[in-house]
Amino acid sequence: MKSRVVSLKLGAALLLLLAAQPAMARSPEMHIMEGFLPPEWAILWLAVAVPFWVVGFLQIQRMVREKPESRLMLGLAAAFAFVLSALKLPSVTGSCSHPTGTGLGAILFGPFVMSILGTIVLLFQALLVAHGGLTTLGANAVSMAIFGPLVAWIIWKGLRGRLAEGWVVFLAAALANLATYVLTSAQLAVAHPDPVGGIAASFAKFGAIFAVTQVPLAISEGILTVLIFRALRQNAAAELQALGVQRAQS
Amino acid sequence: MKGSNLILIALVILLTVFPLVVVRDAEFPGADAQAEDAITEIRPDYKPWFSPIFEPPSGEIESLLFAAQAALGASVLAYFFGYKHGLRKGKQEKQRVDASD
Repeated sequence: MKSRVVSLKLGAALLLLLAAQPAMARSPEMHIMEGFLPPEWAILWLAVAVPFWVVGFLQIQRMVREKPESRLMLGLAAAFAFVLSALKLPSVTGSCSHPTGTGLGAILFGPFVMSILGTIVLLFQALLVAHGGLTTLGANAVSMAIFGPLVAWIIWKGLRGRLAEGWVVFLAAALANLATYVLTSAQLAVAHPDPVGGIAASFAKFGAIFAVTQVPLAISEGILTVLIFRALRQNAAAELQALGVQRAQS
Repeated sequence: MKGSNLILIALVILLTVFPLVVVRDAEFPGADAQAEDAITEIRPDYKPWFSPIFEPPSGEIESLLFAAQAALGASVLAYFFGYKHGLRKGKQEKQRVDASD
């Protein structure tokens, strides 16, 4: 059974790799660069992000007060996002992009807490390596720290128990990655509509840049998240239970 | 479990190396400059209204900071799993000692 699943995975991965036409594509970083969203959009996305940050902050505060031992797991989720978003991986399009690492934290803590952890990663990258930016922090937080985790969390809640746990974790993390890029494309498109084709043409343009590049990276991110989740099952069963991540009945 | 973990790790490595082997003439850019191009192509008149407070002076410094970011995260992960592993080992050891008493 296990080997069948693995060979299925291998087959799917190979198919994807073969289907992806190697083409020279432009590769924007996943984050929107400093100053590249007009002020009105920067403010709008910031306004969307703030409520998530407030709820996330309150949730973390409560969790740390009621269960101090959960700090270790919080650190783990943040560290995982830190490592993954530092890895720029080559893709079949001949360009590079990076995973987000937000799926794990979303599964463990839900989207609100992950919005804080993801924003910490974004701040680090904006301030130290000039990736993303302060004026685009709200927009980048909404795509990477909120929307991606939200997608992961919904998949995790919706599919648990219906599918082998490993597959649910894989799908949650991989689709969180893709969702992040889809929203980034949309954010760029609404702020910079094509003079002829409008928002749709612009979205197609930004989306095309991301779409193929991101698929193999999303698969890698899904697999890495499965690996760390398995390690948690083996080494931190009690913590998972405390967070309500029980093994699904099957 | 162990075996399938190895297969998964191999898959990630394969996914990472495959593009390097197959797309030989590519430069693997990931620079922000290219994203800026896409925007200025659509809106030639757009001027970024804010610039990064600090920019790494060279590609080397940038990779230093990225390596530091990864190392920081990896050390927390390693601490976590090392700590948990030690706890488990200690518990097993204690059970063994208790049982032999």
